[in-house]
Amino acid sequence: MIFATVGTQLPFPRLFEALSSIARQLDEPILGQTAEDQTWPDLETHRFLSPEKFGDCFQSARVIVAHAGIGTVLSAQRWQKPLIIMPRRFDLGEHRNDHQQATAKQVGSLTGVYVVSNAEELGTLLKVQDLTPASSQSSKGKSDLVDYLRNFISAA
Amino acid sequence: MGQRKKILAVASGGGHWQQLMQLTDAFEGHQVRFATTLKGLPEEFGVSDFVFLTDCNRHSVLSMAKSLTSVIFQLVKYRPDVVVSTGALPGVMALSVGRILGARTLWIDSIANAEQMSLSGKLAKHVAHECLCQWRHVAEANDTAYAGAIL
Repeated sequence: MIFATVGTQLPFPRLFEALSSIARQLDEPILGQTAEDQTWPDLETHRFLSPEKFGDCFQSARVIVAHAGIGTVLSAQRWQKPLIIMPRRFDLGEHRNDHQQATAKQVGSLTGVYVVSNAEELGTLLKVQDLTPASSQSSKGKSDLVDYLRNFISAA
Repeated sequence: MGQRKKILAVASGGGHWQQLMQLTDAFEGHQVRFATTLKGLPEEFGVSDFVFLTDCNRHSVLSMAKSLTSVIFQLVKYRPDVVVSTGALPGVMALSVGRILGARTLWIDSIANAEQMSLSGKLAKHVAHECLCQWRHVAEANDTAYAGAIL
């Protein structure tokens, strides 16, 4: 199963159009969390999923397709799933600014995170059966931040 | 390890909450209560001490008033020594009310803001004792500090 999610704040129809256009070339069900009421041919979609249901879908998926949200990247690492992200574009009215382009540039170098910009690139990757799962690497940046917070609390 | 502190850790649902969950090692040895806006989320992360705040957005004064009411209620009830938040607007409110009640307050701006500080973060700068950005260049441009990042 392919699970697609675009978060809860803003819809991202371009991503679901892309998935719908390639769905028939794939021998796999596609489930989407869309943040809107629109539907697409060959996709099973939900406007919103409870955290519990979201976790179930995420964990039973072979691969995750998503916008370039930090929450989704962290979920993919948590449940060790390959993640394909299509960043939202400000010029198409898909977000308030272009921060997802910057996020995509940054997270694209992480293990198991793939960045695409259109349906064609997405279709090519979805046909690959052995994508690398995302995994959380212990980074110096993270332990620095945790140490800072720990010291802030002790000094309070 | 020094004195055991009472911490209120605040994050709205989604990416903000996920980032807060990356930092929980820092709370070890202290009493911590989590506050979020999305029902079912704490359980999904194995968190047992939690409360809910009413979510809001800056386009609705009514939603902000409701949110602030829930923040004041929870803060007065819990009386934390420390309030930390990764976002968003309810987090800023919790830092303000927490500071008035005598807590030390820390804002950690979301790593999603790779180009500029979030609007909530810009507000938080005026109310929190300390503000961190997870990007060096964003921290420098906003006269805040960089102390690491979750990714």
